[in-house]
Amino acid sequence: MLKLEKVDVSYGSIKALHGISLEVTTGEIVALIGANGAGKSTTLRTISGLLKPSNKESKITFKEKQIQGISPHKIVEMGLSHVPEGRRVFPDMSVYENLLMGAHSRKGKPDQADFDRVYHHFPRLKERIKQLAGTLSGGEQQMLAMGRALMARPSLLILDEPSMGLAPMLVEEIFHIIEDINVAGTTILLVEQNAHLALEISNRAYVLETGEIVLEGMAKDLAKNEDIRKSYLGE
Amino acid sequence: MKKLLNNWIVQVLLFLSVLALTALSTSIIQDIIPPYLLMIGLFIGINLIMALGLNLITGVTGQLSLGHAAFMSIGAYASAIATVNYDLPFLIGVLIGGLAAGLIGIIIGFPTLRLTGDYLAIATLGFAEIVRVQFTNMKITNGAIGFLGIEGSTTFPIVMTIVVLTICCMVWIENSRNGRAMLAIREDEIASSAVGINTTLYKIQAFAIGSFCAGVGGALFAHTTTFIQPTDFGFLKSVDILSIVVLGGLGSIPGTIIGAIVLTSAPEILRPLANYRMIVYGLLLVVIMIFRPYGLLGGVNLRQAVRRALMIPKKKQAGRGE
Repeated sequence: MLKLEKVDVSYGSIKALHGISLEVTTGEIVALIGANGAGKSTTLRTISGLLKPSNKESKITFKEKQIQGISPHKIVEMGLSHVPEGRRVFPDMSVYENLLMGAHSRKGKPDQADFDRVYHHFPRLKERIKQLAGTLSGGEQQMLAMGRALMARPSLLILDEPSMGLAPMLVEEIFHIIEDINVAGTTILLVEQNAHLALEISNRAYVLETGEIVLEGMAKDLAKNEDIRKSYLGE
Repeated sequence: MKKLLNNWIVQVLLFLSVLALTALSTSIIQDIIPPYLLMIGLFIGINLIMALGLNLITGVTGQLSLGHAAFMSIGAYASAIATVNYDLPFLIGVLIGGLAAGLIGIIIGFPTLRLTGDYLAIATLGFAEIVRVQFTNMKITNGAIGFLGIEGSTTFPIVMTIVVLTICCMVWIENSRNGRAMLAIREDEIASSAVGINTTLYKIQAFAIGSFCAGVGGALFAHTTTFIQPTDFGFLKSVDILSIVVLGGLGSIPGTIIGAIVLTSAPEILRPLANYRMIVYGLLLVVIMIFRPYGLLGGVNLRQAVRRALMIPKKKQAGRGE
């Protein structure tokens, strides 16, 4: 479904990604793990078009179409939604309006079915339809950010640090929901600091270190890998 | 009742009748109240039209522009040239003024709206200076001497009808799909692109509509004062309009209306203070911003406030925690 080939990205003269190649096939949950500053978020932002690859040889293919250098709104229209790092809900809009904005790319009016789907995954959002998003708790904001992304009916959902700043119990809940969303038919690419949880729910994983992919494999195998256990699982 | 109001034919009819009512009532008022007050009312109207335009750019979309006077001057000169040099009717001149400003707004919007925040403010400031200097050096505008002999065709009913028209359009835009996208850009530009909003498109839309309003305001201004010169449209004029929007409450249409009334009439009300007038005026601004940092009506949900004031019980709302 999604394929990155030799993607380079720079911030000015600083190179953040050195020829990253990775692949996500339909139906999978793929995790991208790594330390701070490894380039995880940069990778996601490049996929969704917020950043442009710095090299002409970089190729990003989504649904058999090249999407590198295309504007973000067109990529969303193609069925790729990005839940940005730090949630970034619209604070002065209600929960309902936030969800409505999520359906913006689909033109016309969103149908009730879209809202129902989001409420099915996040019943808590339904209770707070009219509340301003800025007054939600961190966990609820994360749910809203994910719900908002789902409103675009994506076939691929990319999540940037869904566990950031959340209480452990909430993190568990969010990860269960991610699994549910995947079971309901959405492919997921996930960036996560919490390598333990990420490896638990994903099929495959890539390990990113200073802008390069150093390891890749089945999540189960990586979870047993000695180096990974030392560096990322704290054992 | 609600269903009826949602019908677009009903909406259009309602809208037209409001316009007609405004035109009628203001032409009656025109004959009753003294010309001095009428003049103040006229300037409140003109400032309000321009401020509503800037409110869309800065208040709703969140793009700080310090060059609104430039669009006003483009509208003023374009309309003056149309009515004086080409003998076109006044209202056509106003339309030409608005369109000219809107078009330049789009052209300027493409390069500058890539910038954000302070950088955009500086860029628009620079653009406004270029426009002013350009008008000072053009032959057709009669340069620094000023453009003379414009007919004083602007009347109170015309201004007020355009005011009502602008307010209706702004309310309609804010509640439309496009308006929501503009609001989202103000709230969080990155999140907006991530949910699939074409941020450049909506920013330019807001800029074009806002500039159009400034152009219309400028055209009405030119046909009120009958004489315009480039210094009328300096940096301070941009700041004046921005103050109306900020003082009223960024993004609030009722706020902008109150802001235009307060800030346009204050210098007149304070006239008896003679030399101290502008000191008190400045003080007024400072005091308002200290006590109402989000503007007079900033952060006020008017519908809720009215309901509370009239003691109408709230409708059952799902889990609105307050």
